Amino acid sequence: MINKRIDGPTGTETVGHEWDGIEELDTPMPRWWLWTLYLTIVWGVVYVILYPAWPLIDKATEGVLGWSSRGELAEEMSVVDQARVTVREELSRIPIERLPENSGLFAQAVAGGRSAFQVHCSQCHGSGAAGSQTLGYPNLNDDDWLWGGDLKAIEYTLVNGIRAPGVEDTRASVMPPFEGAFDAAQLDALVDHVLSLGGKETRNPAGAQTFQDNCSACHGPVGEGNRELGAPRLNDAIWLYGGSREQVREQILNPKMGRMPHWSGRLDPVTIKMLSAYVWSLGGGEEFVEVAEDPAVEVDEEP
Amino acid sequence: MGLASQHKKLEKNINLLAIGSFIAVAIGGIVEIAPLFWIDNTIEEVEGMRPYTPLEQAGRNIYVREGCYACHSQMIRPFRDEVERYGHYSLAAESMYDHPFQWGSKRTGPDLARVGGRYSDEWHVQHLKDPQSVVPESIMPQYSFLGDTPLEMDNASDMLIALRRVGVPYSDRDVGQAMADMILQANPDSGGDVEDFQQRYPKVQVRDFDGDPGTVTEMDALVAYLQMLGTLVDVDSAAAQEALAEEKGR
Repeated sequence: MINKRIDGPTGTETVGHEWDGIEELDTPMPRWWLWTLYLTIVWGVVYVILYPAWPLIDKATEGVLGWSSRGELAEEMSVVDQARVTVREELSRIPIERLPENSGLFAQAVAGGRSAFQVHCSQCHGSGAAGSQTLGYPNLNDDDWLWGGDLKAIEYTLVNGIRAPGVEDTRASVMPPFEGAFDAAQLDALVDHVLSLGGKETRNPAGAQTFQDNCSACHGPVGEGNRELGAPRLNDAIWLYGGSREQVREQILNPKMGRMPHWSGRLDPVTIKMLSAYVWSLGGGEEFVEVAEDPAVEVDEEP
Repeated sequence: MGLASQHKKLEKNINLLAIGSFIAVAIGGIVEIAPLFWIDNTIEEVEGMRPYTPLEQAGRNIYVREGCYACHSQMIRPFRDEVERYGHYSLAAESMYDHPFQWGSKRTGPDLARVGGRYSDEWHVQHLKDPQSVVPESIMPQYSFLGDTPLEMDNASDMLIALRRVGVPYSDRDVGQAMADMILQANPDSGGDVEDFQQRYPKVQVRDFDGDPGTVTEMDALVAYLQMLGTLVDVDSAAAQEALAEEKGR
């Protein structure tokens, strides 16, 4: 049945089968193909020896190199950290209010803060930090600050968040809704007065009285705001939720109050410092000294 | 000659060939797959994992229903670029109660494995209703209907029973109170026992998620789920980090 023979015209051996006079040549594999096969086998054996491979009873073979994907990551991260260590060390040592004195370090902090901002903050505050009036995310480029615009105040906000649920030291305050508190004429007069604080309307004495009775405790007698309470300044042209009559009225009746997550734990202190420096550098950053002289702070320290 | 003619029998008998092929493939399968069920590497234990609350689980069902997984993965791989952007790499045990898991192999949107707590609830609601309003360059579709659709809650217990059948350790109490728990998590003022709820589901976030305390909507469920993602296990503790980095054979 099996009848191998050398085929005359090709000089190649046949496989030995024959069907109705048709025979099959047993042409050998091309040499390059065969060598590729042998090489892959050798590569496989070497790989199994060097790297984790065979799963056994309670773990896989480790491989003589001791490689692991997580170990490689830890190593890579530590190399990167080493490269950044001097800057980070200096940043962690320097008190944040003295950061601007050291212009080199400050520039490093701003650069690091800029990239951290793109990853963690731009979703709400926008990639240019311009915020959004319709959605109520503050613009960080102006010099109007709800809770303070010096480096320390910005850092505190980043660490503790604003009205962050479950965070003890978070910045918190509540504006009561005034739905139903005023009749239509009173409300109209009050809106007039609020808009007149920034020069958008003519003065309205009735509205001023309503403001004095209901609003000045937080927003101040002339609408200058109060950073201890996060009460926005009203006597300027910057509006968090919009400065049209309808928007101001809506904010009086059913106030929107922004929330910001706290970043301690999620970001390390140095990254928070860098973010603070970046936000501070955007244009509206205030000197620390100015805020220390704020009478509101002094009152707080008395008891 | 002898072996070759034996082999010929196998080639000519379709049943024998089928049995032989099955055995050959089974050996490969057993060696590659079976050890994954018992070696320590793949079933590493972590502290803090708990079954999802009924509301989170309902949000997860919406996540699956809307096909979020087509664009969003939930697995941070151990590479520097991913870890610096998304946070600590995911551990297998963090998806131990996922049926099915949402790891994914392709991202059009960002990974969501640790999105919990990263943004405010308001942001999530705005972003789900109109993604372009907060991220102008986003190509994510709008899901504003979630805020208008009341969550279907009648089947809450059945949902937990189904999950219990595949190994999620819900207690009889969890199952019995599933619907009440759902309402309680989205509206803590509804009169339930919040402390007991928090004891059964540690680290649970109890509040109105969608800014509409009156009704429990699909938006509540989805935001509750998103705000929980990646927050249960304390992966960043120093001891955990070191142990993970030194472990071999992975």
